[in-house]
Amino acid sequence: MTMIFGVPMAALMGQLLIGLINGSFYALLSLGLAVIFGLLRVINFAHGAQYMLGAFVALLLLTWTGVNYWIALILAPLIVGTFGALVERTMLSRLYKLDHLYGLLFTFGLALTIEGTFRYFFGSSGQPYPTPPALAGGVNLGFMFLPIYRGWVIVASLAVCIAVWLLIEKTKLGSYLRAATENPVLVQSFGVNVPLLLTLTYALGASLAAFAGVLAAPIYQVSPLMGTNIIIVVFAVVVVGGMGSILGAIVTGYLLGIAEGLTKVFYPEASNTVIFVIMAIVLILRPAGLFGKDV
Amino acid sequence: MSALLNVAGLNAWYGESHILHGVDLHVNEGEMICILGRNGMGKTTTLRSIMGILRKRTGTITFAGSDMMTMPLHKTARAGLGFVPEERGIFASLSVQENLMLPPVVAKGGMSVDEIYALFPNLHERRNSPGTKLSGGEQQMLAMARILRTGARCLLLDEPTEGLAPVIIQNIGTVLGELKKRGMTVVLVEQNFRFASKVADRFYLMDHGQMVAEFPVGDLPANMDMLNRELGV
Repeated sequence: MTMIFGVPMAALMGQLLIGLINGSFYALLSLGLAVIFGLLRVINFAHGAQYMLGAFVALLLLTWTGVNYWIALILAPLIVGTFGALVERTMLSRLYKLDHLYGLLFTFGLALTIEGTFRYFFGSSGQPYPTPPALAGGVNLGFMFLPIYRGWVIVASLAVCIAVWLLIEKTKLGSYLRAATENPVLVQSFGVNVPLLLTLTYALGASLAAFAGVLAAPIYQVSPLMGTNIIIVVFAVVVVGGMGSILGAIVTGYLLGIAEGLTKVFYPEASNTVIFVIMAIVLILRPAGLFGKDV
Repeated sequence: MSALLNVAGLNAWYGESHILHGVDLHVNEGEMICILGRNGMGKTTTLRSIMGILRKRTGTITFAGSDMMTMPLHKTARAGLGFVPEERGIFASLSVQENLMLPPVVAKGGMSVDEIYALFPNLHERRNSPGTKLSGGEQQMLAMARILRTGARCLLLDEPTEGLAPVIIQNIGTVLGELKKRGMTVVLVEQNFRFASKVADRFYLMDHGQMVAEFPVGDLPANMDMLNRELGV
């Protein structure tokens, strides 16, 4: 068996793959958080709940109405995005004039409420979501065995991250978003409906979380607590990448996923904490994050 | 009530501090007026209140027959008011071209991008650099240019010459002359009345949140002593 640094090649590649998959979820989730934080200045604690909602909507669509994975992949983000827009319009938008702490407390309460409601109706044990038949099975790459669905997760997450990045950096709508992040009042005085832009941005963030949730459903169990488990790590990713930095969120998401995977190979005991160790080091050396502009 | 912009009894507050104490002014279509006054007398606050950026205000503001007091901020631009802030407000994360194209076109009759680049050749040369990499003068040009594209009928221009070299100030004067020829209505806030005297039709003098004098440009020589005293130059 081929060995690299005293570790079997297959084990290394396997953990690298798991790292990349986790990184795919980190990137999608931290991207949504970064977009929301950039424009709304709200730390969206409900992000994990929105991720969970995405997975649950897919599961319920399948069990109640027989809607398949591919349609759910489009429909669940739309449903959760609409829910996000309603929450922003009716509740969150009332808090912008207050201290930022209120937005954080509100979204935290919202997350507890959503997760509590789902726990009440569905219990806290996970429910399986079947892998779509077209993506079942795997391929032998010679040095390792790649489950096709996991390869798809990496590709889909990368494609969506790039699409969102292009939307923000290269389109007219994106230029409104970037400008409003810097000076919302001036952009509004130009005749841009900034309150609507805020609603759309929150909806976009929520639907990105839901998209990640649907992608995650066949890999992890669909459970009311699935969001709580991942969101703390995702906050660390956003801090390392630099609050509000779009590119930072994406790149850091993948990098930290891989770092976590590699730690599992070389020093498994630290794999749960390595991301937070990296966060601490980055905060000491670059308080604004790897890609953040100096505050 | 033939004036394009009418302001009467305007009071405005920043938090608890009462800044404007009953401002009255009017601007006719195609006219260029200039508000003079020392720092802290309420000139910028007047523009921000007219534009609707400052919402804590009472009194009446009508523009082209519309009541501006109840209009939400994102609709004031659509009514035809364009604002160029004192700090210019160029966006660092947008290129010069993106900054220029940012404000939506609100009416026909705005300048085309080609006309703007002909008027401001520097901006064309630097169209792909980030907005804040421009010099102060270029940023001022860009801040004005992006409003000219929108077809706004009335331009609220806050201290365009502040901190700029004499040669740049001359350029800005040329641009304002060009706007006047095109029939643009302008409310200019300026401390440099020698500059303003070359372009403005009428002057207001502001003191402690009120208009204390009003005279046409022809009466400027007669008011020189008073202005030198009031402006402390």
